[in-house]
Amino acid sequence: MTILDTGTIAAGSLLTVASLTVAEVAAILAATDRLERMAAAERAKILEGRRIALLFYESSTRTRTSFELAAKSLGAMTTLVSDKSSSIEKGESLKDTGLTLRALGAECIVLRHANSGAPYLLAKMTGLPVLNAGDGMHEHPSQALLDLRTMLTRLPGMGGRLVNAKTLEGVTVVITGDILHSRVARSNAMLLPRLGARVVLCGPKELLPEDASGLGAGVEIERDFDKALKQAGSRGKAVVMMLRIQRERLAGLELDLGEYISRYQLDEERLRSRAPEALVMHPGPMIRGLEIGGEVADGPNSAIEDQVRHGLGVRTALLVRALGAGGFESVTV
Amino acid sequence: MSDILILNGWLVDPAGGVDGERDLLLRHGRVAAVEMPGVLRAAKAKETIDAKGMIVAPGLVDVHVHLREPGQTYKESIKTGTAAAAAGGFTSVVAMPNTLPVNDSVERLGWMLDAARGACVKLFAMPAATFGSNGEEITDYHELQRAGAVGFTDDGKPVLHDRVMRAALVAAAGISVPVSQHAEDTRLTGGCSMNAGPVAFRLGLRGMTVEAESKIVERDIRLLKDIERQDGLRPHLHVQHVSTAKAMSLIRAAKAEGLHVTCEVAPHHFTLTDEAIGDYDTNAKMNPPLRNDADRLAMIAGLMDGTVDCIATDHAPHALFEKEQEFERAPNGITGLETALGLALRVLHKGNGMPISRVIELMSAQPAGIVSLEGRGTLKVDSFADVVVFDPATEWSFEAAKSRSKSRNTPFDGASMLGRVAATISEGRVVFKG
Repeated sequence: MTILDTGTIAAGSLLTVASLTVAEVAAILAATDRLERMAAAERAKILEGRRIALLFYESSTRTRTSFELAAKSLGAMTTLVSDKSSSIEKGESLKDTGLTLRALGAECIVLRHANSGAPYLLAKMTGLPVLNAGDGMHEHPSQALLDLRTMLTRLPGMGGRLVNAKTLEGVTVVITGDILHSRVARSNAMLLPRLGARVVLCGPKELLPEDASGLGAGVEIERDFDKALKQAGSRGKAVVMMLRIQRERLAGLELDLGEYISRYQLDEERLRSRAPEALVMHPGPMIRGLEIGGEVADGPNSAIEDQVRHGLGVRTALLVRALGAGGFESVTV
Repeated sequence: MSDILILNGWLVDPAGGVDGERDLLLRHGRVAAVEMPGVLRAAKAKETIDAKGMIVAPGLVDVHVHLREPGQTYKESIKTGTAAAAAGGFTSVVAMPNTLPVNDSVERLGWMLDAARGACVKLFAMPAATFGSNGEEITDYHELQRAGAVGFTDDGKPVLHDRVMRAALVAAAGISVPVSQHAEDTRLTGGCSMNAGPVAFRLGLRGMTVEAESKIVERDIRLLKDIERQDGLRPHLHVQHVSTAKAMSLIRAAKAEGLHVTCEVAPHHFTLTDEAIGDYDTNAKMNPPLRNDADRLAMIAGLMDGTVDCIATDHAPHALFEKEQEFERAPNGITGLETALGLALRVLHKGNGMPISRVIELMSAQPAGIVSLEGRGTLKVDSFADVVVFDPATEWSFEAAKSRSKSRNTPFDGASMLGRVAATISEGRVVFKG
């Protein structure tokens, strides 16, 4: 028996943005809208009594809290299992942890894991719907969806647009920083071009290998941040997504931080002179003064808090989708 | 030992210069007669095999297998591993030393080769090139050769230090055996779990560069030249499981210079690319990793033009629970003994026009030559009665669940194969019948 034979991935799982059709993306965002408009008491009945396990092998503030609050707002029971306070610490395998959660009645598992691909293993082994809350350097699909929703609500002229393959036509998204280690960058670079966006990846070679352009059509590489910003700002609607340098994953790579800051930091002067209208995003956690200036993070172009807010809404829809709850026919695609 | 008559087959024995209809008589564990059809009609034998429509060839020789015994018999044992070998048409296998404990002493080598282990085909072994395969101090090559060593290797790990590799090559040259090198500069591959490139980037996995392989090959070739010049010796470097076009080019150039370099390619490296990993299928995780298509084609080119000396499986069984882990945590390696011939015939013969006789040569005479197995890899009279009989035209699907190996870790479960083994005979004993 091989791993591929041991199970199929349950409907409602979200392991990668690549598995979502544009219609499914549209359905998830439409459901997000409807859920947000719903009265809290009504929303709390949707997953009443359902059991959701939050399996977090990596520390996380916004993603974990976001999924937890989303589940609770739907009336679900949640349990948090972290690697620091469970049998995982004693060496239990991911498969056995997943099977234990399933035996205890978990109907869906939200997984954050330091190893790329871990959600596939969990989904195949348990047969439960699994939501990927970030796996190693691979993907963070719910982040890409919340980023998309943020763009749709903040970019001028986007309000009420139907989500389809042309929704983001004329939009350039410059993703800058530690692309190599960023699951957020991968998910966004794989999702946004399918809606018509041009994605420009920007960063030094050490953090942005040429292989990144292989993520798909509509993805380009530009090493010069100033050029990327200027080009994006002059072409139409521009988004600048800044990423943290993941020091914990650098694996001996030495970076001259002073040089990095001078070349790639988004500060007020750079933004004003190159792309003054650009929407500024950051998946967090931010290191103010490194990849982003504090004044930009708090400035009028910043959509960083919106991203967090949209995260809650999008994850609510993803949980409803995962559990196939009734009344959201367009969600259970 | 029963006499066996093999009649009506098409004998392919590249070392013996035969490629035609021949009948074969095996007696007392040796090849007693090779004759034109009809000549042996009157011969008496306890068993007769009708090989009509089949190819009769020297038993296959694999210079690179992991049998996991001692120490990890939950994955494989010498008994089960050699049973898998027999099912794949192999009659001689060379066990690697990365057992627990490492095979680095005469006692351990003797224990491994003892008949009590239950090998059903001829078992040979390459003990560790260095004590504990730690890459620091070479083992006692003279004593180990006397005890049966056919070469030396730290397979699974490279011999990284120039000084130690030089000493290994010099010592092995003195007794005319090869040093088999796992060419990987581990200083460049820490934390890596697949080939570097766009697939690794998309999957968010750290990738091993082609340079991690080629730098060691380059260094070892430099050492060969240095030893020839300074010591007047002619060391034999055998490069294991070559996977990159760059290393292949270096080996081709070294051969053109007249250096004693041989190399092997594994079937998975001429069949699959890193795309086979799909959604983190740990059954496609091995070291060296599956590379890109240009590298895969370079392996085929090397096989076609003679740069590659032999096909070796790197049969590396692992238990299911070990492969059912996160990709980066799962061990490297796949099983390969039962799929090697079927893949070689499908990809090299059917897909690239390599004559069947050449496929057989790459899997019998040439590997036997690399480790100097006298009387094996050929069916000349008086050779060992090591024979594989296979139907070259049968297309079939490999079913991992039916494997003779204890483990099932293969990316070829359900894959199509060409050429089905009908019988394997080791020193005159029928050890497999399909």
